[in-house]
Amino acid sequence: MNISTQDVQHVAKLARLNLSSEEELVFTEQLNAILQYAEKLDGLDTEGIEPTTHVLHLSNVMREDEQRESLPIEKVFANAPEHEDGQFKVPAVLE
Amino acid sequence: MSTSKYETVIGLEVHVELHTNSKIFCGCSTEFGAPPNTHTCPICLGHPGVLPVLNRQAVDYAMKAAMALNCTIGDRSKFDRKNYFYPDSPKAYQISQFDQPIGEHGWIDIEVNGETKRIGITRLHLEEDAGKLTHVDGGYASLVDFNRVGTPLVEIVSEPELSSPEEARAYLEKIRAIMQYCEVSDVKMEEGSLRCDANISLRPYGQEEFGIRAELKNMNSFRGVQKGMEYEEFRQAEILDDGGVVVQETRRWDEGQGKTISMRGKEQAHDYRYFPDPDLVTLHIDDAWKQRIRASIPELPDARKERYATEYGLPSYDASVITASKPLADFFEESLKYTSDAKAVSNWIMGDLLGYLNSSNLELSGVKVTGQGLGEMIGLIEKGTISNKIAKTVFKEMLESGKLPSQIVEEQGLVQISDEGAILSIVEQVVLANPQSVEDYNAGKQKAIGFLVGQVMKESKGKANPALANKLIVEVLSR
Amino acid sequence: MSLFDYKLSEIHNKMNDGELSPTDLVDQAFKTIQERDDRVGAYLTLDEEKARATARRLDDQLIAGGDRGLLFGLPVGIKDNIVTDGLRTTCASQFLSNFNPVYDATVTKKLRHADSVILGKLNMDEFAMGGSNENSSFHPVRNPWNLEYVPGGSSGGSAASVAAGEAYFTLGSDTGGSIRQPASYCGVVGLKPTYGLVSRFGLVAFASSLDQIGPVTKNVEDSAYVLQAIAGYDSMDSTSANVDIPDYLSALTGDVKGLRIAVPKEYIGEGVDASVKEKIMDALKVLEGLGAVWEEVSLPHTEYAVATYYLLASSEASSNLARFDGVRYGVRANNPSNLLDLYHESRSQGFGPEVKRRIMLGTYALSSGYYDAYYLKAQKVRTLIKRDFDQVFEKYDIIIGPTAPTTAFKLGSQVDNPLTMYLNDILTIPVSLAGVPAVSIPCGFVDGLPVGMQIIGKSFDESTVLRVAHAFEQHTDHHTKRPNM
Repeated sequence: MNISTQDVQHVAKLARLNLSSEEELVFTEQLNAILQYAEKLDGLDTEGIEPTTHVLHLSNVMREDEQRESLPIEKVFANAPEHEDGQFKVPAVLE
Repeated sequence: MSTSKYETVIGLEVHVELHTNSKIFCGCSTEFGAPPNTHTCPICLGHPGVLPVLNRQAVDYAMKAAMALNCTIGDRSKFDRKNYFYPDSPKAYQISQFDQPIGEHGWIDIEVNGETKRIGITRLHLEEDAGKLTHVDGGYASLVDFNRVGTPLVEIVSEPELSSPEEARAYLEKIRAIMQYCEVSDVKMEEGSLRCDANISLRPYGQEEFGIRAELKNMNSFRGVQKGMEYEEFRQAEILDDGGVVVQETRRWDEGQGKTISMRGKEQAHDYRYFPDPDLVTLHIDDAWKQRIRASIPELPDARKERYATEYGLPSYDASVITASKPLADFFEESLKYTSDAKAVSNWIMGDLLGYLNSSNLELSGVKVTGQGLGEMIGLIEKGTISNKIAKTVFKEMLESGKLPSQIVEEQGLVQISDEGAILSIVEQVVLANPQSVEDYNAGKQKAIGFLVGQVMKESKGKANPALANKLIVEVLSR
Repeated sequence: MSLFDYKLSEIHNKMNDGELSPTDLVDQAFKTIQERDDRVGAYLTLDEEKARATARRLDDQLIAGGDRGLLFGLPVGIKDNIVTDGLRTTCASQFLSNFNPVYDATVTKKLRHADSVILGKLNMDEFAMGGSNENSSFHPVRNPWNLEYVPGGSSGGSAASVAAGEAYFTLGSDTGGSIRQPASYCGVVGLKPTYGLVSRFGLVAFASSLDQIGPVTKNVEDSAYVLQAIAGYDSMDSTSANVDIPDYLSALTGDVKGLRIAVPKEYIGEGVDASVKEKIMDALKVLEGLGAVWEEVSLPHTEYAVATYYLLASSEASSNLARFDGVRYGVRANNPSNLLDLYHESRSQGFGPEVKRRIMLGTYALSSGYYDAYYLKAQKVRTLIKRDFDQVFEKYDIIIGPTAPTTAFKLGSQVDNPLTMYLNDILTIPVSLAGVPAVSIPCGFVDGLPVGMQIIGKSFDESTVLRVAHAFEQHTDHHTKRPNM
């Protein structure tokens, strides 16, 4: 599978990254090299093999429905780039 | 409307917030209406390093809801990440379920124009709610409140089997009723604990394949759901009539303008890149767990409606209306602890109670009258303590104050006068004061009696027993 | 000789005898940091005032007597991807250069509870992505054995600071070798516990299904102490294993008689430096001399591990790093014209090239149409790799090989070729994918640079891993050598 500069642009958009045209070229080349290397997996027969999401076979890990203290409001905004009226502020969602 | 050439196809995605004490993946409160961002912590704010731990109650509620919708509960379920950037989504992914939802292949029956139709439910899955955005600075900025983020939510996806806005509304009302009966949610559209998106398309009658659909959002009331879809039906029919092509897009119902508006801009190429959330582990749902949840499901609306018809002889329509809302049905049954006259209770609910609620745009919880109050009041009517007319006054007072009828009657001296002597003296006064009516009566005009009874009631401030008054007038006139 | 050359048990004895106080240790730490860290670059943030205050409190406690934590008075440095309440935590990223956590990671709490003294936060490859520490967006870390060389990564600061005596011990994190490989390059002991043994709560996630926190120490006994203090079930981490924690110290018996060692031929074959292989063979002879037996085995899917790892880890990372959007914390780009601009600019300015590269790779691997071919395929191959280990462990107690194919390389020598850089992890990655524990301990030097031996155990059998490492250490002196600074 070959990845084109257009693919790189599309993926950058999905990942919310701006790439310079130089970065686009470098990434296209590097991602191709990595994916080409990854093609060696194609040669492996994985028919009927279960995927591993977790190495530990844990299940049904749950907590009881109990409330815990929330953060004091000053800590909520301790790292906020911008906030107003007890809320986080961002530029308009719709343009 | 020019929709007659086309068949409407609607599928609904209904979101129901589960009313757990704490959020689905952290211990913050889920209470509605707190000051912004006061119910948040590093976990629900998506701070670096935090991890989710699943709330058992949320899973139990989701299973209960799924079972009540006749879904099959799988033996395994898991959580996946749905990746998308939006300021109301702190981790930039929503923990949801992709290919192993809690429930699948369910159905509910709806009734429209007296006909019952079964609507398939594709799936029910558990996920976390997002935060809330408010637009400020003339639309140039938005404020984000994360109190709601992490509230457990089930998404119920219907098959595209609804064929009119009325059906869609009936479906939504039925979902609400079932969730209410299961006591898994507040299901308040005005607070957002019940929300609904719709996919709607038209196709010429007889055509197999679906037309191009629009996704409809922001329908914040039952009326909005119906109106929004009616508008959309109309809009798409016009486009098709003109030989045009419907654009596949998301549209927002604007209640104020009474139309749907395209939401361009939110339509970025969506690629949610679902994958299993490595921070959470698989759910193995064994039979014992399923049985425990199944045993907790109460009588559901359809069963109750059936029972009201057979047990109490209520007309089907009345039974539907009353059972459509759990609080109302509970109110009905509460009343029946104090009177055996189910029809009278039903009539008062269908008439005075719902009339009042509808005209003042209130829910049952917005008035103070209790089932006990109504039941006892009907008892007072039966015993003749109060007249139907006085009962109307008493009922009104109960709506506002929640007092029991005996107290109201006592405080306001509304007890019906059934003492013959007392009524007789009023009758004699009235007869004396209305010679013309006496003359009319003697001339054979029976109607004059009615007038005289009215006068007696007026004089007694409505308290005279009307039957007794009638009898005494006839006696006095025939002396 | 530095105070930090004493073993933990020796230090505690000296404290009991009134010869040493927590403040003496903190003094030693900051003195060495002062002298050496402008050359080594191990620290990103120091917390001197608080560290000294904590030490004074512990001084008083020492005099007063009473209960003492397991790591009483020991100065610790923490990798900067483990959150510390109120102490800047950057993940060596510009994006978080102003970030002050509002909570403690579970391990941070445990370190405090064990009465250790937190010195500051350690440099690393940005978001733990890299194997040389050249990806720190602040400054690189240099190898104390030769400042022209890299210390390895991503826990380069964790390994280099211990080697240079700038911390008594440190915590690192290991996703594909990020504790073991720098420990190998820097000649210290780095342990990656079994996945699930140490809570990940408060570890800024890189690849959630692989990340583990572990100790970096000067010797194996200390490693056992630190592991004892940080291991254990945590209800805040759903992937935390609810297992009994053994007494790791009591496992250090020195006895390896009859131990069955497997040496994978893939770990000593092509691509592994002859000089590195030689040191491993020497080490095996030492263990043989102690009564252990070894045989060559095969982990046939080793060659697929790097590709598998980069697909899985990058995919998880692309999602884990999406929260760095400039809305709630972190550095927001100036004057964004709209929301999309805010996202794009904040992330593009905040992340370095390696982070962007992996986000791109992971986003691509998860995107519509490629999921089955890349992510799902890699998860299946992961199953095969794990089976390789299961099969070997049916017949053997332990697996031994080099930690890395080479000793440390020169700064700047591999930056232009990410794939070459990725292949440095070829011997540590399979272990991460299998989730089993492994330690890297010094086993010799080549041209003045340390060589690390990797001892790999069965799941939750850290005891055997530490026992073998300790036995080896008892009969060699590699771990006592110090860089000449």
